[in-house]
Amino acid sequence: MRWTHWINFPVLALMIWSGLLIYWANDVYTITLGGRTLIRFFPEWFYQLLHVPHRLAEGMAFHFLLMWFFMLNGFLYVLYTIFSGAWRQLLPNRHSFKEAWLVLLHDLHIRKTIPPQNKYNAAQRIAYTAIIIMGIGSVATGLAIYKPAQLYWLCWLCGGYHFARILHFALTIGYVLFFVIHVVQVILAGWNNFRSVVSGFEVEERSFDHLKTDDHATGKP
Amino acid sequence: MQQANHKKNKPELTVQQKINRRNFISFTTFFVVGGALFGSWKWLYNAPEETPGITAGASKPLRRALNKTELFFRRIFSNNHPVKTYPKRMAAKRVRVNGDIGIDDKGFNPQGWQLAVIKSPKETLQLSLDELRALPKSELIFDFKCVVGWDQIQHWAGVKFSDFITHYGLQDQARMQYVGMATPNEEYYVGLDMASALHPQTLLAYEMNEQPLRPEHGAPLRLIIPVKYGIKNLKRIGTISFSNERPPDYWAEQGYDYYSGL
Repeated sequence: MRWTHWINFPVLALMIWSGLLIYWANDVYTITLGGRTLIRFFPEWFYQLLHVPHRLAEGMAFHFLLMWFFMLNGFLYVLYTIFSGAWRQLLPNRHSFKEAWLVLLHDLHIRKTIPPQNKYNAAQRIAYTAIIIMGIGSVATGLAIYKPAQLYWLCWLCGGYHFARILHFALTIGYVLFFVIHVVQVILAGWNNFRSVVSGFEVEERSFDHLKTDDHATGKP
Repeated sequence: MQQANHKKNKPELTVQQKINRRNFISFTTFFVVGGALFGSWKWLYNAPEETPGITAGASKPLRRALNKTELFFRRIFSNNHPVKTYPKRMAAKRVRVNGDIGIDDKGFNPQGWQLAVIKSPKETLQLSLDELRALPKSELIFDFKCVVGWDQIQHWAGVKFSDFITHYGLQDQARMQYVGMATPNEEYYVGLDMASALHPQTLLAYEMNEQPLRPEHGAPLRLIIPVKYGIKNLKRIGTISFSNERPPDYWAEQGYDYYSGL
């Protein structure tokens, strides 16, 4: 889990970057409410800052190379969660959606109590399952706009060429938002938790000064 | 729990040392692997450009990756995968014009135009538009896709490339691996794998929206190949040739994927 997590981070970051090089060539998406454009993806200064313009061919070449690594890594992660049994701690159960709401209220300091937690709380279960579905969604919509003729059935499933491109874009924005929340949560969870995602164990303080090593015990993100 | 109890009984220092050791190993691995990944990325990003030839403008490893990826996706290519077609009313009235490379010379005379089909180094077939019009006409209303990301539903008509091959007895040529097409002034040229060229929806088009092609859309005859991006849909075809090597391709020389298949 740790390996795929840390491989995914740079690969996804580069996928987003090369995707941006591609998107620039036809940057038509905006969020418009009542005839007023609220957000335009993306403003010129943003492109200039990241040296995006006129790199479509390069962006495509990177995107279509890195996609293999992204897919392989995601596939390995899913295989791992299935065979290790970790999916039991990750998939939301029937209480998760109610509990996740309570977790959210707690995290926003609206509620003082928090529902009982296992390794992952209900909100985490939903978030970490959703991100995998998003990953699968990105691959599906990506392939749909990459080979709309040969994979016509996939393109159809994704709602056609136009809609698939919008979904592909929206999912990417979703990753960025996920990343922001994820990093904030990691900072709040502290060093011990962060260390565990690198090293695979967490230090738990027991009574007095006795310390014990445990394999990835309770933790937030 | 046995293990935990065991540890509890050990002197505190040992446990702390254990933690430190595991931390050290993990973080060293983390930074070494991270550094290696970063190094590979640096290498990939700064890799030297390919030697200009049939393809150019991409870095060596990226071009290799594009070519390997092409081989993979060629396996799922099939003539039985037609692109989606649309009813006539959905076709755009104002058809987008994206470029005039190869068709911007002033003195071009459509009346004097003839299609040159190079059957072999010694034998060239010269065909007039009327001869092509006499062949069975096929219509196609499909979503034209540009490599930059826009698309538009357009209405074209002409002779199927596969019908053209049969009619002029070019079966031997069609057994070769590639078709090359170029504008009369040879400033724009494309190379196509034979499977894509023979796809049942590939047209040598002479009509758009039921009217003869206009100059900016590639009059008198252009290629419409819906299993490829717009960059392969050559306007104003001057010559058609066949080869077992990749023919020159304008955009593949600018860093784009040679295959560019959909």
